[in-house]
Amino acid sequence: MSNAQATAAEWPLWEVFIRSKAGLDHKHCGSLHASDAAMAIQLARDVYTRRQEGTSIWVVRSDQIVASDPGQKGMYFDPMEDKVYRHPTFYALPKAVDHM
Amino acid sequence: MQASIQVTAEPRVRYVLRLADNCLMLAQRLGEWCGHAPVLEEDIALTNVALDLVGQSRALLTHAGQLEGCGHDEDQLAFLRDERDYLNLTLVELPNSPQGARTGRGDFAFTVLRNFAMATLFKLLWQRLLLSSDAELAAIAGKALKESRYHQQHSGDWVVRLGDGTAESSRRMQEALAQMWPYVAEMFENDAVDEHAQQTGLGPRWGDVRADWMAEVTGVLEAAGLEVPKATAFRSTGKVGRHSEHMGFILAEMQYLQRAFPGGVW
Repeated sequence: MSNAQATAAEWPLWEVFIRSKAGLDHKHCGSLHASDAAMAIQLARDVYTRRQEGTSIWVVRSDQIVASDPGQKGMYFDPMEDKVYRHPTFYALPKAVDHM
Repeated sequence: MQASIQVTAEPRVRYVLRLADNCLMLAQRLGEWCGHAPVLEEDIALTNVALDLVGQSRALLTHAGQLEGCGHDEDQLAFLRDERDYLNLTLVELPNSPQGARTGRGDFAFTVLRNFAMATLFKLLWQRLLLSSDAELAAIAGKALKESRYHQQHSGDWVVRLGDGTAESSRRMQEALAQMWPYVAEMFENDAVDEHAQQTGLGPRWGDVRADWMAEVTGVLEAAGLEVPKATAFRSTGKVGRHSEHMGFILAEMQYLQRAFPGGVW
């Protein structure tokens, strides 16, 4: 079997997101191969929540994720470097406002 | 070399040992898949099931030792009994590939079918054992029930996928089912141990879960497009201590360390 055929015969790749406890958001924790969504959820349970890491699982086909272009990293993200004023820490809070 | 321990024939102890030994021997067989399963993800899943079963057998063996009152702990009961004192079904001591036992290679079809058959049995027993007159056994059942529910779902999912998969996977599943089915009948053969458990409220006679087991298992087999084999007159006798030719080999592997290095711990 050629490499291309071997890849085609493999189960598709899924990205796994785990919520560690109620109220927190799902975090990306890894990926796995599974033939469909139901199997991906089951295998994610076995592979990624063995040490009580989770209370909820999301899976999504890796090929369904649209990502920004690494080649455009400079253009996309560097201009924000000198714009610290966008952080709210610059504003003095009135004393009456506690616990921000 | 460490000599064998002798275990009481008291029915309530034997009832708990039956549960424990089925967990223990199935765990040992599943452990053989570690590093050899068809895909990495399923390798981890099978080992998770094995470890759940080890945990269940540890709790049950410890409790059996307490009921017996002769000072036997979980390790002594797991590793120092003679073959005839193990009370597991013959089904769980069979190699992962009964036909290819000598090749040492497991048959995934047989593995998922056996896991499904046993998980269904365990689930139905734990459900009833929640009401056991023995508070400790009821507590063990409460914890184990969640685990067995997942084992049943995971293995049942494979039964349907492979039974209802390709012509090749369907053929292999039907063959594995034919190998397994004669050993199923033993699950539901009641004896004095079952009668005693029922009368004292310790737990159900195993035969009493037969109807539910058949309904759940045949439902999944139908969904998988597999034909339920005909019942035969063959009866295996593992749960009264008369085992198959495979039992001596698996016990030799399990017991070697404790026999050679008595009391050895991690």
